Amino acid sequence: MKVTMTVNGRPMSAETEGRTLLSSFLREGLGLTGTHVGCDTTQCGACTVHVDGEPVKSCTVLAQDVAGKSVTTIEGMANKDGSLSVIQQAFQDHHGLQCGFCTPGMVMISAALLNEKPNPTEEEVRHYLKGNICRCTGYHNIVKAVMAAAGADSRKLAAE
Amino acid sequence: MHNFDLVKPSSVAEAVAALGSEGAQALSGGQTLLPSMKQRLAAPERLVSLTDIAEMKGVCRGEEGLVVGAATPHGVVAREAKAHYPALAWLAGEIGDPSVRARGTIGGSLANNDPAACYPAAALASGATIVTDRREIAAGDFFQGLFTTALEEGEIVTSVRFPLPERAAYMKFAQPASRFALVGVFVAQFADGVRVAVTGAGEDGVFRWTEAEGALSADFRPEAVEGLSLSAEGLLGDLHGTPAYRAHLVKVLTKRAVAAA
Ligand SMILES: Cc1cc2nc3c(=O)[nH]c(=O)nc-3n(C[C@H](O)[C@H](O)[C@H](O)COP(=O)(O)OP(=O)(O)OC[C@H]3O[C@@H](n4cnc5c(N)ncnc54)[C@H](O)[C@@H]3O)c2cc1C
Ligand code: FES
Ligand code: FES
Repeated sequence: MKVTMTVNGRPMSAETEGRTLLSSFLREGLGLTGTHVGCDTTQCGACTVHVDGEPVKSCTVLAQDVAGKSVTTIEGMANKDGSLSVIQQAFQDHHGLQCGFCTPGMVMISAALLNEKPNPTEEEVRHYLKGNICRCTGYHNIVKAVMAAAGADSRKLAAE
Repeated sequence: MHNFDLVKPSSVAEAVAALGSEGAQALSGGQTLLPSMKQRLAAPERLVSLTDIAEMKGVCRGEEGLVVGAATPHGVVAREAKAHYPALAWLAGEIGDPSVRARGTIGGSLANNDPAACYPAAALASGATIVTDRREIAAGDFFQGLFTTALEEGEIVTSVRFPLPERAAYMKFAQPASRFALVGVFVAQFADGVRVAVTGAGEDGVFRWTEAEGALSADFRPEAVEGLSLSAEGLLGDLHGTPAYRAHLVKVLTKRAVAAA
């Protein structure tokens, strides 16, 4: 069955089976491989994208179940001129990534948080990012990056 | 995952009809069913998605309490139940993580009856009524052991009705890897007494700690359960906690819930 949804502001279609996951639809159907699949078991959050503005783990959503909806992926996060968005730039500035595998999911979940709560506390950031796992950074620089993106003075955060 | 057909009915009646076919199963948020299908623990031939059924969604204050549509995601309950039933809203907001809460639903959680799930504790402690496409089931009759409920083949939960307690609180000791409850205790005080429901600990799933209910109905203070001890017999034991450890946690969390209510 052909499924169409609005991806990063543009209508896009690909053939699907009943079992086609949103992550496969994006990566294999549309070639948008910025969305990573880490665990495929709903644990790691690497595959996080937004559906109608809400974060979801795209490895645990059926493409046909969200047909017609509006999806935002990491490919839709940069500014129109191609420069990095505030959140992406903050991850770079604060070393919020090492290997980068978790980063698309981290950026998407952080964007969802800041949409919901533009000025979160450090505790709120950690709580919101619970479902996104990073095996490299130890999280601290990720939290710093999110706080900095929210306009907080990240130098005030503890060093570890 | 084996392949299947997905159908998306827009009413409860259509969904029930679609579930009548051989090998059909309901799909709500998919946060439990899709992972188990990937592990080939389930292989339905047809999934009937409940996500587009408007009559199964939303949180509404009625005469008999708070009515939550079965297809309402946890995140919506966390936001919309806050003004009416803060303990229930808090519980919903602590399930998994924001992405799980955006998809996972109360109906899926109750129908699945995972022994470590949070909502069964709220339903049992509140004396909730589970409303299905064909009848109403008291929470006390609904949960029938690990992953087992009173639901018949093809029957779907359409909403859950929670009587509103005078005071209530849920305390959860999260298993850090899964974020489910290693032990969770929901305490609710009504005019006619206190109900205490425990999840994460029972070999047969959620249960009421009646001894604590008696003590707390007489004296609603954390100290009231101090002298009680829950037997470890019939409690779950695994690498995360022995039955004795879980029994201890039940008491600690009950006291904390009473203090927080
Ligand atoms: C990482 C992670 C962390 C989690 N943490 C927690 C936690 O801390 N606490 C907790 O309680 N849960 C937790 N969960 C489980 C989560 O709450 C699930 O959403 C829930 O158990 C199932 O709801 P669902 O809507 O996703 O149901 P689905 O996965 O779609 O369905 C589950 C089962 O219920 C049946 N079903 C679904 N809806 C209905 C209905 N209306 N009527 C009849 N049958 C129905 C389905 O056929 C299936 O058998 C977690 C899940 C994940 C992936
Ligand atoms: S790949 Fe989806 S949660 Fe890990
Ligand atoms: S940067 Fe390597 S997993 Fe997060």
